[in-house]
Amino acid sequence: MIKSSNNIKVLKSPPLEGWEAEIWNILETVCDPEVPVLTITDLGIVRDVKVDGELIEIIITPTYTGCPAMDMIAMNIRLALIENGYSNIKITSILSPAWTTDWMTETGKQKLQEYGIAPPKGNAETIAADGIECPQCKSINTKLISEFGSTACKALYKCEDCKEPFDYFKCY
Amino acid sequence: MKNNLINYTLHLADSTLILSHRNSEWCGHGPILEQDIALTNIALDLLGQSRNFYQYAATLMGEGFDEDKLAYLRDANEFKNHLISEQPNVDWAVTILRQFYFSCFQHFFYNELKNSNDEQLAAIATKALKEVTYHLRWSSEWVIRLGDGTQESNNKMQNSVQALKDFIDEFFVMSHYETTLLTENISVDLGKIKLLWQQKVNDVFEEATLKFVPSNNKQIGGKNGNHSEHLAILLNEMQVLQRTYPNSVW
Repeated sequence: MIKSSNNIKVLKSPPLEGWEAEIWNILETVCDPEVPVLTITDLGIVRDVKVDGELIEIIITPTYTGCPAMDMIAMNIRLALIENGYSNIKITSILSPAWTTDWMTETGKQKLQEYGIAPPKGNAETIAADGIECPQCKSINTKLISEFGSTACKALYKCEDCKEPFDYFKCY
Repeated sequence: MKNNLINYTLHLADSTLILSHRNSEWCGHGPILEQDIALTNIALDLLGQSRNFYQYAATLMGEGFDEDKLAYLRDANEFKNHLISEQPNVDWAVTILRQFYFSCFQHFFYNELKNSNDEQLAAIATKALKEVTYHLRWSSEWVIRLGDGTQESNNKMQNSVQALKDFIDEFFVMSHYETTLLTENISVDLGKIKLLWQQKVNDVFEEATLKFVPSNNKQIGGKNGNHSEHLAILLNEMQVLQRTYPNSVW
């Protein structure tokens, strides 16, 4: 395992050809079970795809250490690949480099906001708590209600203008 | 050396598992919904950390071991958790203060462990540190809110300081396996983080108008399997399913 470093850019499928592009395309259809609007590639959970003969290895990294969705994500990756005719599949989970919300794609952030969840603000080093934009009315006159929300990755906020409560995807 | 590494990894796994279990006892009983959710989220993070440590310990121990066996089929005298993690919740004030002490310790501890020569321990620490940063922020705010709150909340917090005072020293006393691993730069030098911990606690206590109370009856020994009676009772409940129906799975 490599030593930790958070400076690695998100491995979003580059212009690939052949099997690589096909596998990345399949992975792009697998959604996060807790935030179904995001795919696992939006989140940056998929770190690498390797092929050794017939064997396809998908390298993933957990978001939060205790995230109960990880087992389901691994199962959904397997199912998606099986549905597309692959049978020899290995899913490996690695811890380093540690996942960060900095790997979330811009598309992912956009989708979150449209879904009603405020996307992470700034980067993981700053863990901002103020000035979070309300996903409904776009006001930044918002208030933290609780650092911990409905899932490990979210905090609970309230908009002081439109009065709607909303989830905020915390920086990590 | 390998045995020391196994013991060290189990110590880290046990402490996080036991505190996770204590916090999870609040599920459905928190003073308000948001804080019930906060504490159970922290429990979940701690459980995730303990799973990572148990999985690693199991690979070090070899065939026949897995995370479930290590968590569910060991007896109290085999557990190496800090004594503070097994203490009963008592009330919200004690729970909050214990979480604050523990998060504060974890914060400085993981910050060192992430430079460990053991790459897997370093990887777990790097990841866990992100979560602990939120735990520390949350628990500090609660200590301040209650300490600098009403006369009653201040009394309850000051009583908690009294209730937990004997369990602090154990954070900073090296067990034999930690001392040995330090020679290879695998374990954390606990003496090095003691001052940082004290400084942070002092800062928060000052704002919370709380007084630190020294202990003259320091309790240590958890890291070597010597526990208070509370651990056996906790394990009895936590392990009942695997003990009653061995090898059952969901």
